[in-house]
Amino acid sequence: MNIIIPVKQVPETSNVKMDEKTGTMIRDGVESIINPLDLYAIETGIQLKEKFGGLVTVISMGPPAAERAVKEAMAMGCDGGIVLTGKEFAGSDTWATSYALSEAIRKIGTWDLILCGERATDGDTGQVGPGIASFLDISLATYVSSVEDIDNGLMVVERLVEGGYEKLQMELPALLTVVKEISYPRLPTLRGKQKARVTEVPRWSVDSAGIDKNRIGLNGSPTRVVKIETPKVARGGKIFAAKDEESLGRAVDELVDFLVMKELI
Amino acid sequence: MPHREVWTLAEAGEGKLRQVSFELLSRGRKLADKLETQLCSVLLTGSMSDEDLEQLIKRGADKVYVVESPALENFTVETHSNVLLDLIKQYKPEIFIAAATTTGRTLMPHVSIRANTGLTADCTGLEIEDGTGNLLQTRPAIGGNILATIKTPEHRPQMATVRPRSTRPAPIDENNAGRIIRVEFKNNLEDKRVRRIGFRKNEDQGIDIQSADVVVSGGKGLKKKENFALIRDLADRLEGVVGASRDAVDRGWISYPHQVGLSGKTVTPKLYFAVGISGAIQHLAGMKTADTIVAINSDPEAQIFKVADFGIVGDLFEVLPSLNEKLEEVRSR
Repeated sequence: MNIIIPVKQVPETSNVKMDEKTGTMIRDGVESIINPLDLYAIETGIQLKEKFGGLVTVISMGPPAAERAVKEAMAMGCDGGIVLTGKEFAGSDTWATSYALSEAIRKIGTWDLILCGERATDGDTGQVGPGIASFLDISLATYVSSVEDIDNGLMVVERLVEGGYEKLQMELPALLTVVKEISYPRLPTLRGKQKARVTEVPRWSVDSAGIDKNRIGLNGSPTRVVKIETPKVARGGKIFAAKDEESLGRAVDELVDFLVMKELI
Repeated sequence: MPHREVWTLAEAGEGKLRQVSFELLSRGRKLADKLETQLCSVLLTGSMSDEDLEQLIKRGADKVYVVESPALENFTVETHSNVLLDLIKQYKPEIFIAAATTTGRTLMPHVSIRANTGLTADCTGLEIEDGTGNLLQTRPAIGGNILATIKTPEHRPQMATVRPRSTRPAPIDENNAGRIIRVEFKNNLEDKRVRRIGFRKNEDQGIDIQSADVVVSGGKGLKKKENFALIRDLADRLEGVVGASRDAVDRGWISYPHQVGLSGKTVTPKLYFAVGISGAIQHLAGMKTADTIVAINSDPEAQIFKVADFGIVGDLFEVLPSLNEKLEEVRSR
């Protein structure tokens, strides 16, 4: 069973700093990491490979430095990877990104399953996974929390939806986007790191992947970002200290009054 | 040239229309009025009576397109996508919005690719641009650190998913009139590659943290699993549901569906209580659009106080029992 895992390199969000004047992200000194939600897809892919055999291939679209994300996945146990890179890709929205990745995945050849993180922590759209499935016209399940069975070209999965878990039976090939509940990502091993270090990650360009230039980048993207703002986060609420019985009593009284005033109780 | 219709996707479960359907009508009505066009609600379902569908009209839809089939009883993206694409090709709407639920966030990307048009995820603001009539779609990104405004200048329909509870449901007006248009389900649109074979409800009642008015969340400060009883107690009194930080979930104190934040769910309740939660940026990303935020934490420097409308710096094991007692008192008054 061959598995493809698209991954994205993202800025470490816990340290995101915004330039208050321009409203843009300060990228200097911000570390790039593999999208944390992709780790659950990678772990799931490695587990399925351990159970059913086959190869796990990672693919990342981005700057040449996205190779780091691919190597990190290989250090965890993925077999190989590809970086899809070139200036033509810059500015691609989710439609164009889904198109580019689906064409590259077609080019990889035989595979049975594509696993994606639920969304990337920078763009936060969650649209590329379903988009790839739509372009490739393969079965799709999103928010998958467990893979129960794969047998005879059919797979049974559970997906986490509002109020419960839905069980689906789906034909392969398929694409799953997975949630955190599905697996606990392993750490890279020393052997994995060594293997990743010596393995060359091929760079695919628009031409080598057979991608139509007119359907990617800014020109190939149906959407345009017209404005970026930094929302004001601080609300400047009332803060009460509850140090002793008296101040505790007052703080709680004030809180209840506040809730009453807001018509919340 | 007159603008074409504004569409909203209605959702139904167990034969009933979901609340988000009415929230979308509230958004859609404003857009349609500005464009001087019709607002239409689209529903794909197993079956629904005219009487139930009338609710969509009373809440502002000029037309309701409904496609009924046993094949649409449960959500499978492939079949739903086929039907929607067929409707879009036939009626060519100007704008098409859906809720950013698990259904909307699966179906809309699938459809937008095939309709060859743009889609903006999880919007919190929608407006019509003066002059061009384009839809301006505003959404938080990078963990809520920025608000991006996006448009789809040339492709149609302009598609967006909208964060549930980011607006109020459209009110009922008994005088509203509209038409119900039943569109026949074409059997060749059924895709049998994916089948729903079961459903299990969450063991906990009311675990749908995204549709709750009140969410009371607990974090690392609770120290152990058993102490979530305090959170449940407060949630019950406020008629809310229990949420949790990633720390609490990773420690096994509570199950994943309760998790609020970047690797969990984004919630927009009327009231959010953060108890023993420091307010890591990943947590804030999942709750800072709540109407009212109350924080209880022993660390006065905790980030959570920055986003709080009301905060108590203190020991939660003293504050919660005292608060619960006071709420009991208020209720019995």
